[in-house]
Amino acid sequence: MKRVLAALGAALLCASGGAALVAPAVDQALVESDAMPAKLSAFGLFRGNDPKTPSTGIGYTLRAPLFSDYTDKHRFVSIPAGKKAKVGSDGVIEFPVGTVLVKSFGWSDVNDGRPVETRLLIRRASGWTALPYIWDADGKDATLALGGRRVPVAFKSPDGEAHSIRYAVPNKNQCKECHSLGGEIVPIGPKARNFILDPAASDKLRSLYFENPAGLKPSMPQWDDPKSGSVADRARAYLDVNCAHCHNPAGSASNSGLFLRWTDDPAGVNYGIGKRPTAAGRGSGGMEFAIAPGEPDHSFLIYRLESTDPGIAMPEVGRSTVHREGAALLRQWIAEMPKASH
Amino acid sequence: MRFHGLRHAATLCIVAACAASPAAAKVISVSATTPDANEKLQEALILAAPGDTVQLGAGVWKLTDGLSLDVANVTVRGAGAGEGGSILDFTGQQGAGEGLLVTSDDVFLTEFAVLNTRGDGIKSKGADRIVYHKLRVEWTAGPKETNGAYGIYPVESSDVLIDSVFVRGASDAGIYVGQSKNIVVRDSIATENVAGIEIENSYDADVHDNIATKNTGGILVFDLPSLPMQGGHNVRVFENIVNDNSTPNFAPKGNIVASVPTGTGVLVMANRNVEIFDNVFADNSTANVMIVGYRYEHKDPKYQPLPKQIVVRGNQHGKAGYAPKFPGGDMIAAAMGGSIPPVLWDGAGDAIVLDKVGVLSLNLPDVKTPQSEAKPAPADLSKGTPPAALPTIKLPESMEAKVK
Repeated sequence: MKRVLAALGAALLCASGGAALVAPAVDQALVESDAMPAKLSAFGLFRGNDPKTPSTGIGYTLRAPLFSDYTDKHRFVSIPAGKKAKVGSDGVIEFPVGTVLVKSFGWSDVNDGRPVETRLLIRRASGWTALPYIWDADGKDATLALGGRRVPVAFKSPDGEAHSIRYAVPNKNQCKECHSLGGEIVPIGPKARNFILDPAASDKLRSLYFENPAGLKPSMPQWDDPKSGSVADRARAYLDVNCAHCHNPAGSASNSGLFLRWTDDPAGVNYGIGKRPTAAGRGSGGMEFAIAPGEPDHSFLIYRLESTDPGIAMPEVGRSTVHREGAALLRQWIAEMPKASH
Repeated sequence: MRFHGLRHAATLCIVAACAASPAAAKVISVSATTPDANEKLQEALILAAPGDTVQLGAGVWKLTDGLSLDVANVTVRGAGAGEGGSILDFTGQQGAGEGLLVTSDDVFLTEFAVLNTRGDGIKSKGADRIVYHKLRVEWTAGPKETNGAYGIYPVESSDVLIDSVFVRGASDAGIYVGQSKNIVVRDSIATENVAGIEIENSYDADVHDNIATKNTGGILVFDLPSLPMQGGHNVRVFENIVNDNSTPNFAPKGNIVASVPTGTGVLVMANRNVEIFDNVFADNSTANVMIVGYRYEHKDPKYQPLPKQIVVRGNQHGKAGYAPKFPGGDMIAAAMGGSIPPVLWDGAGDAIVLDKVGVLSLNLPDVKTPQSEAKPAPADLSKGTPPAALPTIKLPESMEAKVK
């Protein structure tokens, strides 16, 4: 009898995360509480707290990712046992309460490839919560940074150019600025047309976490793969992911009247073509239109994408570097538009 | 004329001390000299609970990143907006489109200054019942094209109070209220901005007892196409001093305010039911009051580009129209003996001017007609029947209580 009790005690210890020797489990009670733990390890999302080895869940990538200063992003989703995500007919993925979307940001040539920060988007009963964690210097754990922080980093972009920036880890509110729809936090990337489950994941694993994994049809063009779509289609995919989270009628930039969703009419004035600046200030760069067909150098959408000045740059948060390859695609798209008659 | 600002100054200290607060409310104090003050202040703004006050210590805060508040019913209170107060200095700003962004309801901002932001000064979006009070937003080097666009910038909000603020140097509008409803801007000073005070694409606003001086244009009431909220109407501009708006336009080209002629007092563009009364105008070299249609090309079938039912009455007019800065203005002034009348109308829409001063019409009733085809001539706009007077804007008591 005593031995049974001892075994039970050990099991309880494991469950509470008190013993590091056994396989960790996600602390689901903590995930679903209102808590904002100071240390990322408290959630038990990683094995041995190694950001590259999730303790549970399934990895994913995106057809068109949001540009964040050339960071490599490692993403996975942790879904509580016995619950499943569901792909809606509108392509929106419905995640159950207790889900955590985990996204780690880093560069291969910074900290030996270890991430600088890990952002959590947690589905709680009250809605989604965003929590930013910055990895400690020893790389063993990450610490909550509600107020955000500037982290100096030096890295090379794919074209070989060296960058030395003060990378901005967003604060909790800035997470919401991008992730807001009608005042509520929502995930940005995970939509059926953009969401790619880890190709190595078995059908069994997919079905374990998704009610209808076949509903995930990543159909959006890949902005940097010419085989995946025309220049215009890839430009629109780029705008959808990089801009439309704010530039939609219920987003943070609703008042601008510039709406850049994949589903918006790309010929309409609200898509920016022939649209005069609203509240753009210096962002207009002395130009008359967001997009002047045929004239990328007279389109202030390009001017804002190619600036890192906080009074000019778009997006307003999350970028301290110009995404040259993305800007080049948009330049080509605008250059190929027939010039307006005016 | 009455100036609440002066009255408030005398009684403020007493009233503030008695203000009751809910039992659970707490004060979160943050010091300007805390290491990582930027991060600590942002944390305080995140961790504040409804009812709380975030108290900004006195001193100069050197900030590199924009701040934001997303918790309802929070007060952000400093130790004053002037020298020795709580000065949020964004001269070294590296990120964010504004100095402070508020996205929650029932927020009270009072007694601090925001300086030299790269973009806008203080913006509130979808923040109902916000109160801006005794604040200073300033670009300290004065008018420069590289200054941020808006100083105080509430947008998409219902019930907005801007009371006793000082704004200087904005490269667009010092005080800008956009796409909002039920608005009061009072007892404030806007100087050396492109537009001093601007009410744009908004409904139901009272702009009164302000001083708009040395801007390019003093007070603007605009409506623009292709925006979610348009059809601006019911705006009263009264008992303001609007003088010497003589700063050359320094707005970045392309922005609508870049077209405002230097020396404009009050400018109404494409709104309906705007009343301009009991103001004191002087030394506005283009015009004391200008009423125009939206004359740019647009593709918005729902947009109404004409000014309609504009009433101008009971104003005092000092010198005006002696150096009109619109195309051809100097020639018209020369032909009229050196200056044009203090009220200028492009001839689009309709207006009633009961002030005993001259009105110059450009006789361009169709907004599609280019301004080069203007046929300037004096006009008598005193004959029509003015529409019923607009009611006084009433804000919820909870808002007025905050500034009493």
